[in-house]
Amino acid sequence: MHLDPKPLSRRSFLHITALTGGGLALGLFDSPLALAQQGPPRADLSPRAFIHIAPDGTITLMARAPEIGQGVKTMLPMMIAEELDADWSTVRVQQADLDESLYGNQSSGGSTGTQSNYLPLRRVGAACRQMLVYAAATRWAVPPSECTTAPGRVLHAASNRSLGYGELASDAALLTPPALASVKLKDPRDFRILGKPQPNVDNHAIVTGKPLFGIDVTVPGMLHAVIEKSPVYGGKVKSANLDSIKKLPGVRHALILAPAPVAGSIDTTTEPGVAIVSAGIEPGIAIVADTWWQAQSARRALKVEWDFGPGATQSSDKFAANAADLLKAPPSGTLRSYGDVDSALTSAAKVVEATYFYPFLAHGTLEPMGTTASFKDGKLELWTTSQSPGGGRSQAARALNIQPSDITVHLCRIGGGFGRRLQNDYLVEAAWLAKQINVPVKLLWAREDDIAHDAYRPAGWHSLRAGLDAQGHIVAWRQHLSTFGDGPRLVSSAGMDATEFPSGRVPAYALLTSAQPLILRTGALRAPGHNGYAFVIEAFIDELATAANRDPLDLRLELLAATPVPMPAEANGRRMTDSLNPARLKAVLQLVAEKSNWIARKPTPGHGFGIAAHYCHAGYFAEVAEVSVDSANRITVHHVWAAGDVGSQIMNPSGAEAQVQGSILEGMSQMQQEITLAGGRVQQTNYPQHPLVRFRQSPAIDIFWHLSENGPTGLGEPALPPVLPAIVNAVFAATGKRIRTLPLARSGFSFA
Amino acid sequence: MPLKLRINNVLTSVDLPPDTPLLWALRDTLDLKGAKYGCGIGACGACTVLVDGRATRSCMTPISAVVGASITTIEGLSPDGTHPVQAAWEQLDVPQCGYCQSGQILAAAALLSHTPHPTDAQIDAAMSNNLCRCGTYPRIRQAIHQAASAAAPTAAPQKK
Repeated sequence: MHLDPKPLSRRSFLHITALTGGGLALGLFDSPLALAQQGPPRADLSPRAFIHIAPDGTITLMARAPEIGQGVKTMLPMMIAEELDADWSTVRVQQADLDESLYGNQSSGGSTGTQSNYLPLRRVGAACRQMLVYAAATRWAVPPSECTTAPGRVLHAASNRSLGYGELASDAALLTPPALASVKLKDPRDFRILGKPQPNVDNHAIVTGKPLFGIDVTVPGMLHAVIEKSPVYGGKVKSANLDSIKKLPGVRHALILAPAPVAGSIDTTTEPGVAIVSAGIEPGIAIVADTWWQAQSARRALKVEWDFGPGATQSSDKFAANAADLLKAPPSGTLRSYGDVDSALTSAAKVVEATYFYPFLAHGTLEPMGTTASFKDGKLELWTTSQSPGGGRSQAARALNIQPSDITVHLCRIGGGFGRRLQNDYLVEAAWLAKQINVPVKLLWAREDDIAHDAYRPAGWHSLRAGLDAQGHIVAWRQHLSTFGDGPRLVSSAGMDATEFPSGRVPAYALLTSAQPLILRTGALRAPGHNGYAFVIEAFIDELATAANRDPLDLRLELLAATPVPMPAEANGRRMTDSLNPARLKAVLQLVAEKSNWIARKPTPGHGFGIAAHYCHAGYFAEVAEVSVDSANRITVHHVWAAGDVGSQIMNPSGAEAQVQGSILEGMSQMQQEITLAGGRVQQTNYPQHPLVRFRQSPAIDIFWHLSENGPTGLGEPALPPVLPAIVNAVFAATGKRIRTLPLARSGFSFA
Repeated sequence: MPLKLRINNVLTSVDLPPDTPLLWALRDTLDLKGAKYGCGIGACGACTVLVDGRATRSCMTPISAVVGASITTIEGLSPDGTHPVQAAWEQLDVPQCGYCQSGQILAAAALLSHTPHPTDAQIDAAMSNNLCRCGTYPRIRQAIHQAASAAAPTAAPQKK
């Protein structure tokens, strides 16, 4: 071990002792609040921010990222504990408040938590362990290189001595942490905590009903708020019977929430017809009462005259008609084009054509949107459920015209994120309301508000044509996506990557886009983009395999074996790299085929198997579904086999498998959901119209890992996309009927 | 006039309009936050509590309808969180986000109180009206079987 810790200067020594409670709990923990006032952000993470060791040896680790059910509150501290060589069974985990100068990025999204933390947080733990070892070696007057650690203790084998971390914490607190880049990390083969299933650290609190979630926050003296928004997106309040509402039981305030004075609010006029990004809040009527039920009940008496604006003419029927027209017309955007697609199609032995559709979707997190806010003496305090609290603080600061440093943000456990809470609209609303009424307020959207005012997964229509030669090889692929936007610019989460499989792996290829205007907010839903077009691409490949009379696994393996057509370095002003590693996708396909006994499968009438694979968010997944379909087109999914490659190390096998199970079940839910518009209004109101799969519909799920020599990556998203096409391909195998339109009901199917 | 409710074996007086849903009396008046608001229409099960041992949607149950009944919330299912269902939930690491789980646990406890060793079909029937957005169903099934085989589960507290 190489270590050269310098004693702290007297000044920093005093600082640390002062921070840690007057010497009572000397340790390696800085109060986030105190450090937040210290000025410029640190360039590096500090062990002091993340680790507190009390004199009795109790270790508390800070969880930096919002916990939305993806398991980071357990997994990220495991990374620290591993290299710290802590006894995990005694470690306590505490959710950190927002302080990105101390903790680094504190957002949750994009399946990035594993890869962005795996080395930095291990180094934090290893640095602290080095400090403890050095403190012990100094006390014993032996070289640090002679010392080792066992969970929670430093050992000196030669003299048969040991000291607990708690006994060393105050000495170690006087040392300067080593440079993180210099610390030595464990060989993963020596891991004691990572790679072993560790239950969610909040389990006991969850199963006993403790107040953990955003909705559970109580602030003394707080009121409860609901907001009635325009049923048409972008609509504004013309008038409302606020005076009558204020007379209702318990109601304290009724006010018009107008985005006009709020910087960063939505504005559908600057981008005619296109709401690409909305940072702010929708207009509406806020009702604030003593209890939430009083506020919610008062809405029944609310009479509002709205100016719906141009959104009122929108309908799903018109969208579909426009999209069909656009697919017949020349495209307005080209994501990628190479080879002579037209002549290859003309000379192909067989041409397969199909049009696919997937609808708008809502997120429907089980905990509705909400935030508690308190505004006092120019300072704002928030208890929120944001996946992007740093962004939320900036938005609230702009909306209230205060400094971000005047805002304290507490991160609550979150009852589901799925990308919805990357939008901070409800956070800004609560902040704005707290300032307006100058009383702490808990805003909670009703479920109906959540379904009708989401940032939706955008719908897409895909027209595909592909050519096969006489031997059944794909010679050309033309894909035209019709979605929403303005010319080549597409609304959030509507687009595709130029490198999307099988781009570059067929001899001639074109990926084209067209767009129609949309006055509706769109955004990321778990595996954004991929959750729609993986269904399209992987089902169409299945169609091609059928047309070529080939096994769909073999056709995929052939595409993956092709020498890729190089990507131009730049296209449409964006740097382009094809990051797909075909060997990894091939490996998971072969693994899932082996585990599901794909080759020996025996489809019979009404019973079949389907296969699909997809690469996204740095993860590779292949899945096989086994279904049966009855005479009324009711689908029973019996079994899903999933094989994944997310690199060399599974951090927490229990959490990892939970993410895959959840992705598969969410994919099934997405197959039966849609958001439609009529007269500009979202027609779905609650779960019965936007249904989740139910317990009895949940298939057996087997999960297999292909551990590859690649850096570990995340699991929030990549297992989701393949399950949709695996199921529709299985339905085809069972029935000969091809599902090209989702939700299932629009193709005449349902889950049994 | 205040209504008297027996919640977790304690008689409690609540001064709320009689049509107030039990869920909001529990959460905002009695500070029992375990039952969750999910849909408000009895469609998701996040608000499930036991009323005389039966799994009941508290978001749709006016407090006037449960006067005289014995109400059990997740906070009262066991004194220390060691009901076999709670223990199995922890051992098998069932929760993901955790928001629906108090409702799932109470639905499972109600099932086991009258069907100590349920079949998969009986579990399907009992659990299919409690929605989980995260996809914990496979582990819930395992956990119910584990709780059933652990020990004869104690029945949920009944009306005294």
